[in-house]
Amino acid sequence: MESLALMIAASVNAGTILALAALGLLINERAGVVNLGAEGMMLVGALAAYATAAHGHGELLSFAAGAGSGALAAALFGALVIGLGANQYATGLALSLFGAGFTAFAGAGYTDKQIPELATPGVPHLAQLPLIGPALFGYHPMVYLAVALAAGLGWFFFRSRAGLVVRAVGESPDSAHALGHPVRRVRFYAVLAGGALCGLAGAYVSLVYAHLWVEGLIAGKGWIALALTTFATWRPARVLLGAYLFGGVTMLQFTLQARGVEIEGHLLNMSPYLATILVLVLISRNRTWVRANMPASLGKPFRPSH
Amino acid sequence: MASGGVRLAARPLSSGALAIASPLAALTFTVAAGALLFAALGQPPGRALGMFFVEPLRDARGLSELAIKGTPLALIALGLAVAFRGNIWNIGAEGQFILGAIAATAVALRAGPDTGHWVVVPILLAGVAGGMAWAGLVAWLRDQFNANEILVSLMLVYVAELLLGYLVYGPWKDPEGFNFPQTVTFAAGTEIPRLAQGYRAHAGLVAALAAAPLAWLFLSRTYAGFQLAVCGSAAGAARYAGFSSRRALWTALLVSGGLAGLAGAFEVAGPLGQLTPHLPVGYGFAAIIVAFVGRLHPLGVLLSSALMSLFYIGGELAQSRLGLPKALTGVFQGLLLFALLACDALAERVRVAAGRRR
Repeated sequence: MESLALMIAASVNAGTILALAALGLLINERAGVVNLGAEGMMLVGALAAYATAAHGHGELLSFAAGAGSGALAAALFGALVIGLGANQYATGLALSLFGAGFTAFAGAGYTDKQIPELATPGVPHLAQLPLIGPALFGYHPMVYLAVALAAGLGWFFFRSRAGLVVRAVGESPDSAHALGHPVRRVRFYAVLAGGALCGLAGAYVSLVYAHLWVEGLIAGKGWIALALTTFATWRPARVLLGAYLFGGVTMLQFTLQARGVEIEGHLLNMSPYLATILVLVLISRNRTWVRANMPASLGKPFRPSH
Repeated sequence: MASGGVRLAARPLSSGALAIASPLAALTFTVAAGALLFAALGQPPGRALGMFFVEPLRDARGLSELAIKGTPLALIALGLAVAFRGNIWNIGAEGQFILGAIAATAVALRAGPDTGHWVVVPILLAGVAGGMAWAGLVAWLRDQFNANEILVSLMLVYVAELLLGYLVYGPWKDPEGFNFPQTVTFAAGTEIPRLAQGYRAHAGLVAALAAAPLAWLFLSRTYAGFQLAVCGSAAGAARYAGFSSRRALWTALLVSGGLAGLAGAFEVAGPLGQLTPHLPVGYGFAAIIVAFVGRLHPLGVLLSSALMSLFYIGGELAQSRLGLPKALTGVFQGLLLFALLACDALAERVRVAAGRRR
């Protein structure tokens, strides 16, 4: 039982990275924009947060730096894609490649720098409870933020007027434009929000989850988060659940090792990537179902005709 | 988009002129940004930029190194140009490159000290097959299950890297290699023939130079190439004409995977001479940029792979002489692609605006 609680805790911790990033990408995609730069924005956010912490600026400011730099990277993407009408796929890819190169270059000096230990996470008193303590109350505040964000976005998209506008922009930009909604401005803000959350996810990796900075720290989590929005058919609650499931797959390695199962480390580390492909195949098999749930203008540029 | 229907506008500039002007403008921007970056780092920009664009071209040894790095970039990017023309987003060429090298190694490890030079042929063929198999997996999953090729091909890069790690740390590790994660040095017969005594440049360059006209012939002079391009640029028209989008998918992925695998085989049996975890240095990702900067045209791809090769060599020189991180190469690569996309989009706007004025 104790080990089960710890396993849940580990899955939730790992899943929070994916949840934050995928919820950000969900905002993008609900507005009709695909940003393949998730991996790059997460790297930029991770490095900015780590550098801020390494210079002794405190945890809150470090997370803010992560989110801010993610949003800045997203603004570059938005300017090209929404401002100039550049190809979304190519520009997102450029952001991922640039983010990898830039953080490897700018972060080279931070690999051997330590950051201060964070305060003990978790809800005071409740975290010490047996079993449910570690499984429910022992987390970093960012974990609860991800849960609140999923709930908030669920309300925003399906219960609020502003959310309806964002969805309309993603489903049919021409109709939204005809009704007088500023399609490109909505998309730009959605891109910024997505970038901030990807940056925050990156910051969570470098500050809390790994507690270090190395080149290529994100290791494909941005791409897995992109896949996750499709698995979750663009619904916030399903994104959260899917993220925890994937977090569990990431933790499989440690669980199996603890049980004495002998699988070579490299092969075991393939599991999150293979699981992503597997789930992608299972979901995509039903074309009509995916198409029915996908924002109709996803990936298509919008140019107002008048 | 106007409600009045379609309006045709003559292009004020030929698309050919714009197609060349845009990468040149992007390169100019990247060089200028590079100069600023060096100045900010406290390095004299002129000397630092010289390391990127002059020094590697000065002597035969430099040119040989240019060929060493340009060869895999050109081979991979030629395949990607074919795939991207078909609107198939294979961004996992890095993984196909690794699998090509792994398959080539499987053959090379069987060669003994007496094996003749003929073994190079099966080594290269194994590389092609390895790359094709890895890309074929992407094609199959997209064809059968509609799984997105961008995500699948990228996930397979990580799987390929881990497979490489498994092999060199495990079953293929050289038992007398002082516990280094690498295979034994391949037998002499497996080495890719060099172009000149004393230089590292090898026959892969000839293959890349030969692949370019072949890719051009395929894309612009064959029916299959035409069908691929139509499927990529106008899916509706392709359907109406009865062109098979499935065949275009398979062609795009098998050609690009095969060429990436061939590049991997040349790399492992050429300059490396053994399989090590240092095999992947990002050629597969850089080749995406090469393909775009080369305008998805085989000749353009050759030129831009030489340019990207300069970036790689310049990064190494900047590391050894100026003490800057080698990752500088990646910064310039990313900047170049960003600048190119911006210039393309701007050029398109200029064209549309000029068309409206008529």
